[in-house]
Amino acid sequence: MANMSLTKNPMPTQDPNVRNKNFDEVALGYTPEQAIDEAKRCLNCKHKPCVGGCPVKINIPAFIAEVANGNFEEAYQIILKDSSLPAVCGRVCPQESQCESKCVRGIKGEPVAIGRLERFVADYHNKNTEVTAQAIKTNGKKVAVIGSGPSGLACAGDLAKKGYEVTVFEAFHLAGGVLVYGIPEFRLPKSIVQREIDNLKALGVKVELNTVIGKTISIDELMTEYGFESVFIGSGAGLPRFMNIPGENLSGVYSANEFLTRINLMKAYKPDSTTPIQKGKKVVVVGGGNVAMDAARCAKRLGAEVYIVYRRTEEELPARKEEVEHAIEEGVIFKFLSNPVEVLGNEYGWVSGVKCQQMQVGEPDASGRRSTSPIPNSEFIVDADCVIMSIGTSPNPLIKSTTEGLATQKWGGIIADENGLTSREGIYAGGDAVTGAATVILAMGAGKTSAAAIDEYLKNKN
Amino acid sequence: MYQITRKERLNPTVTLMEVSAPLIAKKAEPGQFIILRVDDVGERIPLTIADFDRVKGTVTIIFQIVGATTEKLNHLEEGEYIHDFVGPLGKATHTEGLKKVAVVGGGVGCAIAFPVAKKLFNLGCEVHSIVGFRNKDLVILEDQFAKNSTKLIRMSDDGSWGKKGLVTDALKELIESGEKYDVVITIGPLIMMKFVCLLTKQYGVKTVASMNPIMIDGTGMCGGCRLTVGGKTKFACVDGPEFDGHEIDFDEAIKRSQMYKDFERHAHEETCNLFKKEVK
Repeated sequence: MANMSLTKNPMPTQDPNVRNKNFDEVALGYTPEQAIDEAKRCLNCKHKPCVGGCPVKINIPAFIAEVANGNFEEAYQIILKDSSLPAVCGRVCPQESQCESKCVRGIKGEPVAIGRLERFVADYHNKNTEVTAQAIKTNGKKVAVIGSGPSGLACAGDLAKKGYEVTVFEAFHLAGGVLVYGIPEFRLPKSIVQREIDNLKALGVKVELNTVIGKTISIDELMTEYGFESVFIGSGAGLPRFMNIPGENLSGVYSANEFLTRINLMKAYKPDSTTPIQKGKKVVVVGGGNVAMDAARCAKRLGAEVYIVYRRTEEELPARKEEVEHAIEEGVIFKFLSNPVEVLGNEYGWVSGVKCQQMQVGEPDASGRRSTSPIPNSEFIVDADCVIMSIGTSPNPLIKSTTEGLATQKWGGIIADENGLTSREGIYAGGDAVTGAATVILAMGAGKTSAAAIDEYLKNKN
Repeated sequence: MYQITRKERLNPTVTLMEVSAPLIAKKAEPGQFIILRVDDVGERIPLTIADFDRVKGTVTIIFQIVGATTEKLNHLEEGEYIHDFVGPLGKATHTEGLKKVAVVGGGVGCAIAFPVAKKLFNLGCEVHSIVGFRNKDLVILEDQFAKNSTKLIRMSDDGSWGKKGLVTDALKELIESGEKYDVVITIGPLIMMKFVCLLTKQYGVKTVASMNPIMIDGTGMCGGCRLTVGGKTKFACVDGPEFDGHEIDFDEAIKRSQMYKDFERHAHEETCNLFKKEVK
């Protein structure tokens, strides 16, 4: 009997006034009873609209049907056919604009909580099974994967399962890419990422840390001297953008990348970390994406009064609704229609505030996005002793500049076809390095697509 | 893990380490740097490559004990391991076509100036090295500079070694005596490099300064190392670490270098307590 409740089973979470002082995970996850109850809300539609909304086409009704019957491990195996990182995607996917946006139950009431169920199933699996080494017969062909973020992990996993000898190269001292340096612990516990890395190692994947491809070793050397027959570039979009306004280089002004890396990768919030971080009293975060929310919520947890300054309105915020809601619950203050024009400093070269223009909303432009324009003489100052610029990132030029014949877009993205093939034979690319900053699931999907293409390529290559 | 194959105390606060890192040694060029982490909770710090041996597969670093991390690093002995060691990062010193160069090093910066002088000297360039230290007890790499320079000028603040005075005094004297340099390369404390650049600007001598700002990844990801050069923001890690000295905003760089001063002092003292050492 279907559960006809119009609303999702609410996600148990830490109390906002408790969690805004710690870095533990905010969402606590469903109990088995909650999961089964929620799964029963699924109508198991024949035309499966939700699957069409999933970038990697997970058989959603099938896994939910298993959950409804209490067969959690079976449900996990169904997800695993199409997704390499269920525990990660169940937490960070924008389900509200993907699978859940197509759910029939969402027409009247809330859609089925597909994301929460995915997370439950993955956590159940991780809790009840050990990572065990798998004996896979290798085919002796070596593939290099550059970067250990979502696209690289997905590509490496699929290729290893097919018998390739895969080596993942990571520039940092820890694998995981944006999953470890960017997304905070309270949204994605690092133990979950570590589990994914352990899974890969159990498949025989080698992970070489502290290796900057383009500096320590070039792609051409990988292919000529080291015997890799194919290379997948999943180096992400790690280059921070700044606004190019006066005062941006004052002390106390961070890129979101730097602020988040200090906290997430270097654990600057823990007392035993030797990495310093500016614990501002009043922090201004510039930008409205998920990264801006992460930075603001981290700053809040370090004890600051936090303002998000965004030049459009709440409706245009590119961040996930859930992240915005969590930020508001935790006490982050939003200043909409505010455009920074200058960062102000004191006599010691420290930031003291941000001068903003008040903006007004105009008519929608060709893309349907409402334009904004400054209101004359509307400038005002927001006091701050720490400013975090979170206005986007671009692909890192290191690989492009050291790989001859690798075609890129003007803005730096690597040019790749629908299979991830670049302008160079045997070299594939996917994820943010190709698309510019996007989502974990799109990057993961691109990694899987390239893994299939690399397999085809190497099977047909003499 | 990267093994320390040789350790030498150059003076009471400056240590040399040869580290086994064959991939980095194979690629390293003067002017480039590495990033290291002493242990698995350590911070990442950049250190410029002081020398390298492609055959032995080692990279030499020379560091001054200034904070918690360099203190911990200094406690590692020969045969022990540095947890993480990554590089070579940044762009190499531009040496092509240079015929006559003044290399101006100050303090521990001489460790970075040395491989530059050595490479230029071996390329047949006329190298005038001007090296300055506060006093004779802090002198490092004297023999190495002597062997790799056409002319070596020794300077100390108190006159206990070489001539009394600043490196800028010696450089000014050389330029005024008619020496014509293709470029002056300066590496040392920010304040010293600032005054070297102010001096050479007066004489219109091209000058390159090697910057060593705060950074995390060293690959362009964090932007913590940004500087203003010629009115534009540059990342020392990927655009540098060497820049046209006449274009660098040194005052801003000096302020940015102080960003974590209080934190570092505190952390250093804590580390000293941990090691049951007296805090100087």
